[in-house]
Amino acid sequence: MFKRSVLFMALALPLMANAASVGASKYQVEIRNFHFVPERVSVPVGAQVTWTNRDEEPHIVVSTGNQFPSSPALDTGDHYQTTFSKPGTYTYFCSIHPQMVATIIVK
Amino acid sequence: MNDRHDDEKVPGRRRFLECMAWAGAGAVWMMKGGVAHAGALGASNAAADATFRFVQISDSHVGFHLPPNPDPVATLRETIARINAQPQRPDFIVHTGDLTHLSRPEQFDTVKQVLSEAKVDQVFFIPGEHDVIGDNGKAYFARFGAGVSGSGWHSFDHHGVHFIALVNVLNLQAGGLGFLGTEQLAWLKQDVAGLSASTPIVVFAHMPMWSLYPQWGWGTQDAAQALDLLKRFGSVTVLNGHIHQIQQTVEGKVTFYTARSTAYPQPAPGQGPAPGPLKDLPPSQLRKHIGLREVRHVRGLQAIAVTDTALA
Repeated sequence: MFKRSVLFMALALPLMANAASVGASKYQVEIRNFHFVPERVSVPVGAQVTWTNRDEEPHIVVSTGNQFPSSPALDTGDHYQTTFSKPGTYTYFCSIHPQMVATIIVK
Repeated sequence: MNDRHDDEKVPGRRRFLECMAWAGAGAVWMMKGGVAHAGALGASNAAADATFRFVQISDSHVGFHLPPNPDPVATLRETIARINAQPQRPDFIVHTGDLTHLSRPEQFDTVKQVLSEAKVDQVFFIPGEHDVIGDNGKAYFARFGAGVSGSGWHSFDHHGVHFIALVNVLNLQAGGLGFLGTEQLAWLKQDVAGLSASTPIVVFAHMPMWSLYPQWGWGTQDAAQALDLLKRFGSVTVLNGHIHQIQQTVEGKVTFYTARSTAYPQPAPGQGPAPGPLKDLPPSQLRKHIGLREVRHVRGLQAIAVTDTALA
């Protein structure tokens, strides 16, 4: 399982680097195989982040400590966007699959 | 069979139990004092001697619409028809959660309507994490929360057996697993305080109450505290859902069983990159992997016998 994840991340990251730079301040996070991909993203202040659920399972984006609004349940193919207007480290997770944890760093 | 389990550290007896379980609909499990006896379905006296029986169903995921099961309402309805066709009526049905896929009101209403077709006196429910999305279970409890305390946990007695329905899908914490919480654990302590150690205990929960595969979230982080409160009892049977497949283990006097879904199977622990529906399953194979579980209690033996039946 762990080896598979590492392999997956190694393949996915170069692609995501391209996907994450669409537009100057728009960033994409995919939810795939019960992971936020990429799991750690650095963005400038004012960036808009869009999450897209690519799993057959629903997922939710929930900020630990309620630092930004939670998404509704994201069914397959659903998107959720939020804009980060203040610098900081924003940890979030899927509140129905809490092993899924990731971070947005706003600089 | 063994390749379906992460079982390098599993003792021989547990492996035996798991392998027998994978034989599927033909196995009957007899439990006495935590010791399991397997027999072929029909060869056991448990069926004839049962003082009562009930049915467990789980993980109906109404609202799911993708392969391998674009119509989980139909398979739930088939499951209920199968229960209604049994020669002896079960005393009750318990649904161990994930009634719906997305906690939407119309999905709950559909589940309620289909389950009203069951020819039983009562249906008990506990929520899965798919039933409490976005509202901490408000829509779920409005329909299925009658007679429960706290955040949905409850207990009842039936023919001398004490049944405990636990909720381990609320207030989940980042990086954690299923969660019971201190309020529920305090309630549990009080709930069992007056019971004699010879009282058979049956626990319902949605997520597994043992560390089945924490990498995929298949466990409950404070389950050990609950089980500690139950360790003085001679017979404890834990029935859960969540992982859409039959798995079981024995720890001391506690026997744990996870049930099939009525909607779709998930991969065996660690088989593939993630949990989730087995989307490549051919339509002709689906009904071999979903179904229901019958549980019989035999008073004289204080035994619980579990039979899993696939729809095909």
